[in-house]
Amino acid sequence: MYAQMIKSESTDDDPEKLAAFQARIDANEKIEPKDWMPQGYRKTLIRQIGQHAHSEIVGQLPEGNWITRAPTLERKAILLAKVQDEAGHGLYLYCAAETLGVTRDELTEMLNDGRMKYSSIFNYPTLTWADMGAVGWLVDGAAIMNQVPLQRTSFGPYSRAMIRVCKEESFHQRQGYDIMMRMAEGTPAQKRMAQDALNRFWQPALMMFGPSDKDSVHSAQSMAWKIKMNTNDELRQKFVDQTVPQAEYLGLTVPDDNLRWNEDTGHYEFSEPDWSEFFDVIQGNGPCNTDRLEARNAAWNDGAWVRDGMHAHAQKKQQTKVAAQ
Amino acid sequence: MSNPSNEWPLWEVFIRGQHGLSHRHVGSLHAPDAEMAILNARDVYTRRNEGVSIWVVPAAEITASSPSKKGPLYEPSHSKVYRHPTFFDIPDEVGAM
Repeated sequence: MYAQMIKSESTDDDPEKLAAFQARIDANEKIEPKDWMPQGYRKTLIRQIGQHAHSEIVGQLPEGNWITRAPTLERKAILLAKVQDEAGHGLYLYCAAETLGVTRDELTEMLNDGRMKYSSIFNYPTLTWADMGAVGWLVDGAAIMNQVPLQRTSFGPYSRAMIRVCKEESFHQRQGYDIMMRMAEGTPAQKRMAQDALNRFWQPALMMFGPSDKDSVHSAQSMAWKIKMNTNDELRQKFVDQTVPQAEYLGLTVPDDNLRWNEDTGHYEFSEPDWSEFFDVIQGNGPCNTDRLEARNAAWNDGAWVRDGMHAHAQKKQQTKVAAQ
Repeated sequence: MSNPSNEWPLWEVFIRGQHGLSHRHVGSLHAPDAEMAILNARDVYTRRNEGVSIWVVPAAEITASSPSKKGPLYEPSHSKVYRHPTFFDIPDEVGAM
């Protein structure tokens, strides 16, 4: 997902306090920043919310790539609005993470020097305009699968951030599907482009949910804490079940020879993605890892004089105000 | 690299929606001063006509009740059930009240 492979931190707190904390979570109470919480809960959430925020921020890059080349002014305005939303989503999430005792600058620096990760999906390139359709439809579609249940997560600020994000997310997926519909009913060349985008994004989208449950060893604690609401495979299955009919409507073919509807289970059967590719991309060897981190570092470093200048200006104004009193 | 002590302060953002309700806390953001905090709040929290008025307050200026004192703080109201209208039995003949 936007947060993949989050390892639950172990916790060596007072067992009595731990039991009382778990009882609050089991009773669906929200945990608020100033409440007592286990160290492991705090650390795991900083990593998870931080990674989620970083994904929103880095996620602007593949789409930003097409803003200047959108085919019409309307498409350009829509894409701009979507990318601006992603920045907003990153900001909601950073603020939620900050309530746990980490600063914004620390989070930014941990992203920029590679200590914190972002979703593997954003390390793939966006080669054609149809990729804007595929990203909105598949990537945002996969994100919604995960973010909707996270609205009920136990940590209050995270839950509230997810509620805001989910309100806006449906626009993102619809604008993507709208691009796909237009291309799929266009010229043969446009339809081929749409098919090609689906071919390239299908597996990476499936990987967004993280490794198969049988290899995902860190879920139990996070699920008990209600900071992970479903297993990776549950969400992946839900995504496939929802997306395949949408591809059929477009007249496009999901690139999986093993894809078939199973009448008995009421679900699609599908091939697992190539997990060696997933781990490789996570390790930093995807097609765009270097570009993405370079772009984030350049934005941070090139913007330093603006941040410092505005800070100095605010301080000067404050001093003038104090002197005048 | 920017100086870490120069991190912009945190502001809490409150927005009043269109229907005459009170300002409501919507989230927080960083900004160098109040003026920029309002502009940033406009961009971050009102992209879809969510409000007609924005308040920003430095997060450091907010005094909050302590979660651990929840019991004693609210105890005085717990024991006063007569404050609720349902405490009183009004005969049906009297009609709506």
